[in-house]
Amino acid sequence: MEKFLYLFRGGENNAHDMRDNNLSPEEMQTQMQKWMTWMKALGEKGILVGGEPLQVTGKQVTGTKKVVTDGPFIEAKEIVGGYLIVNAKNIDEAVEISKGCPVLEADGKIEVRPIQSMEM
Amino acid sequence: MEKFIYLFRGGEDNSANPEKMAKNMQVWGAWMQDLQQKGILAGGEALKPTGKQVNGIKKVVTDGPFVEAKELVGGILIVNAKDINEAVEISKGCPIFNSNGSVEVRPIQKMEM
Amino acid sequence: MSSEKNNDVHKIVDHLFRHEAGKMVSVLTRIFGFKNIEQAEDVVQDTILKALEAWKFGKVPDNPQAWLYRAAKNKAIDVLRRQQLKYKIDSDISYLLKSEYTLAPALNEMFTENEIKDSQLRMMFACCNASFTQEVQITLMLKTLCGLSVKEIGKAFLSNEETIQKRIYRTREKIREENITLDYPGADAMTQRTDAVLKTLYLLFNEGYHSSHPEKLIREDLCEEAMRLCLLLIENPKTNLPQTNALLALMCYHVSRFGARLDDKGLIILLKDQNRNQWNKFLIEKGNEYLSYSAVGNVVHDFHLEASIASIYANATSYENTNWKLILGMYDNLLSRTNNPMVAINRAVVLGEAEGYNKAITELEKLKTCTENCYYNTSLAEMYMKVGDKETARKIFGKALELTSSNAEIELIRRKIKMCS
Repeated sequence: MEKFLYLFRGGENNAHDMRDNNLSPEEMQTQMQKWMTWMKALGEKGILVGGEPLQVTGKQVTGTKKVVTDGPFIEAKEIVGGYLIVNAKNIDEAVEISKGCPVLEADGKIEVRPIQSMEM
Repeated sequence: MEKFIYLFRGGEDNSANPEKMAKNMQVWGAWMQDLQQKGILAGGEALKPTGKQVNGIKKVVTDGPFVEAKELVGGILIVNAKDINEAVEISKGCPIFNSNGSVEVRPIQKMEM
Repeated sequence: MSSEKNNDVHKIVDHLFRHEAGKMVSVLTRIFGFKNIEQAEDVVQDTILKALEAWKFGKVPDNPQAWLYRAAKNKAIDVLRRQQLKYKIDSDISYLLKSEYTLAPALNEMFTENEIKDSQLRMMFACCNASFTQEVQITLMLKTLCGLSVKEIGKAFLSNEETIQKRIYRTREKIREENITLDYPGADAMTQRTDAVLKTLYLLFNEGYHSSHPEKLIREDLCEEAMRLCLLLIENPKTNLPQTNALLALMCYHVSRFGARLDDKGLIILLKDQNRNQWNKFLIEKGNEYLSYSAVGNVVHDFHLEASIASIYANATSYENTNWKLILGMYDNLLSRTNNPMVAINRAVVLGEAEGYNKAITELEKLKTCTENCYYNTSLAEMYMKVGDKETARKIFGKALELTSSNAEIELIRRKIKMCS
C-alpha cells in the first residue's frame, strides 16, 4: 500500500466555485452530498486518509526575498480547489479510484501524485 | 484557530545528490519539528516528482504533470494559525526559500450545510 | 402574555426537552465516541439553555425539534473544528469528522430520523454492557436515553444525589479503561445482549409503574420512555425478537390501567375494584397485537408468560370472570424458571381465586424469605380477611404498614385495617 495525493482543479464542486457559479442551496447540497457519498465509500474501504477543500483566496510567498503577494491570480480552472490523500497499491489504482470523484463530472481535473515516504 | 495549506513549488531537485538530499531533509525536519512542538503542524506530505493527470468529464488519463519545475507542487503542509497573515509569517521559516522556491498559502474552506 | 399561557408553554417545553435531550445525547455520543459522553451531555445542556433563552416569553418556534437539532449540530461542529474533545474520537464515523469535505454533511446525516434511531439503539446496548451492574445500567439509561437529571434519578431510586453522581463518575472511568464503544454487539452476541437490554427496560418500566415518586408525570414518563425504547427495538430487525414483542405487550397491558389505578383523592384502587371502563382499550388492543407478534419460534421467554398473564387479566370482562385456572398454569410455569419471590406471591393470589383462600394461605406461609416484604404481608392479610379471620388480618396489615414509605400504600393499608376492626 502506498499513499497518493489528489490535487483538484476546476469543476464546480468546491464551495467557493458553487457560490461564484450561483448554485442554489439545493444544488450546493446535492454537490456536497456527492462528495460525501464518494468519500464515505472510500472511507469504508480504508482508502481514504484525509483531505480538505480550499477557499479560493490566498497569498503567495516567493523566492529568497520571501515576497508576499495576494493570490493565486491564475485561471480559475488552474487553481487548486482541494486535495485528498488515499491509500492505493500503485499509481494506476490511484488513478482508477480518482475517477469516482465528482470534480470530473463538472469538467475539472485531478493531478495524481505519489507521496514520498519521509525516511530520514 | 484556523487551518491553512501550504503548497510548495520550486526549490532544488536533489534526487541526483543523496547527500544534499539528506541534508535538505534534515533542515525541513527541524523546521517541521519546531512547528509540531508549537502545535502549529497539522499534517503534511512530500511528493515524488512523477504523476498522472485525470481530465474532465471523459476522465482522460495522461502522464504528467508536465509543467515547469517551478510550477510543480513538490509537497504540502497543513498548519494551524490565527489568520492568513499569521500563516504567511509562519511559512517564511520554510527552507524552500533558501533555494528560491515559493509557498502558496490557502485557507481551508469550512463547508456549511 | 398571561401566566396561564406561560405555564402551558413551560409544560410543552419541559416535556420536549426531556424527550429530545435523550435523543441528542445518543446522537452526539455516537459522533464524539463513548469516552467523550460528558462533553456530549454538555453540548446538549448548552443547547437547551440556549433554547430557554431564545424561547422566553412564549416565543417557541414552529418546529422546536428542528431548532434544537440545528443548534446542537452547530455547537458540535464547532467543538470538532476546535478539536476540543478530551479523548480521542472512537466512533464508527470518526474519519468523516476529520475533513471539511465531510464534517458538516456527516453531522447533518446523524440528525436524520433513521440515524437518530440507530444512535439510540447503540446507546441502549452500550448502557447495558455486560461490564456494568444492573444498577449502573438503569442509571445510565435514565441519564442518557431518558434525559433525567441526577436529582431526578436519585428521587426515582429513593437514593441520594451523591450516590448516583459517584456511580456515574466511576462508570465513565470504566468506559475509558475498557474502551467500551457504541458499536453493535456481534451477530453471535446479539440475542444475549438484546435480552440484557430488555431486562433493563423492564426494570426501568417498573421504576415508573411501581415507584412512589410524588410526581405522577415523572412516573408516567418513565413508563412511556421504556415503551418508546422497546418500540425502537421492535422497529429494527436485529432486535425485533419474539421476547421484545412480548415485553411491549406486557407494558401496554400495564399502562392500559393507568387511568383507573388511583381515585380522585390519589388513593390506590386495587385491580379487582377498578372501573374497567377506564381501562385504555386502545392499549389493550395494542397489547393483544404485540402478544400475537411474539408468538413465534420455539422458545418461551419469561416475558411471554408475563404478557400472557397480563393479557388474560386485561381481556376479562370482570374480575370474577377472569380465567384463574389458565393464569395459575402460567404462574406454575413461570415459577419453575425463576426464584423471584414476587412471582410466588402473585401465584398464591391467583391460587386463592382458583382453588380457595385457605390453600393460598398455606402456600404463602411457606415463603419464609418474604416476611419483610410489604406486598407479601398485604396479600397474606387480604387472604385472612377473606376467610373471616379479621384479627390475624389486622395484625399482618399492621406489619405491612411498617414496611412501606409510599403515602398511597400507607393510606390503603390504613383503610384495610379499619375494615378489620
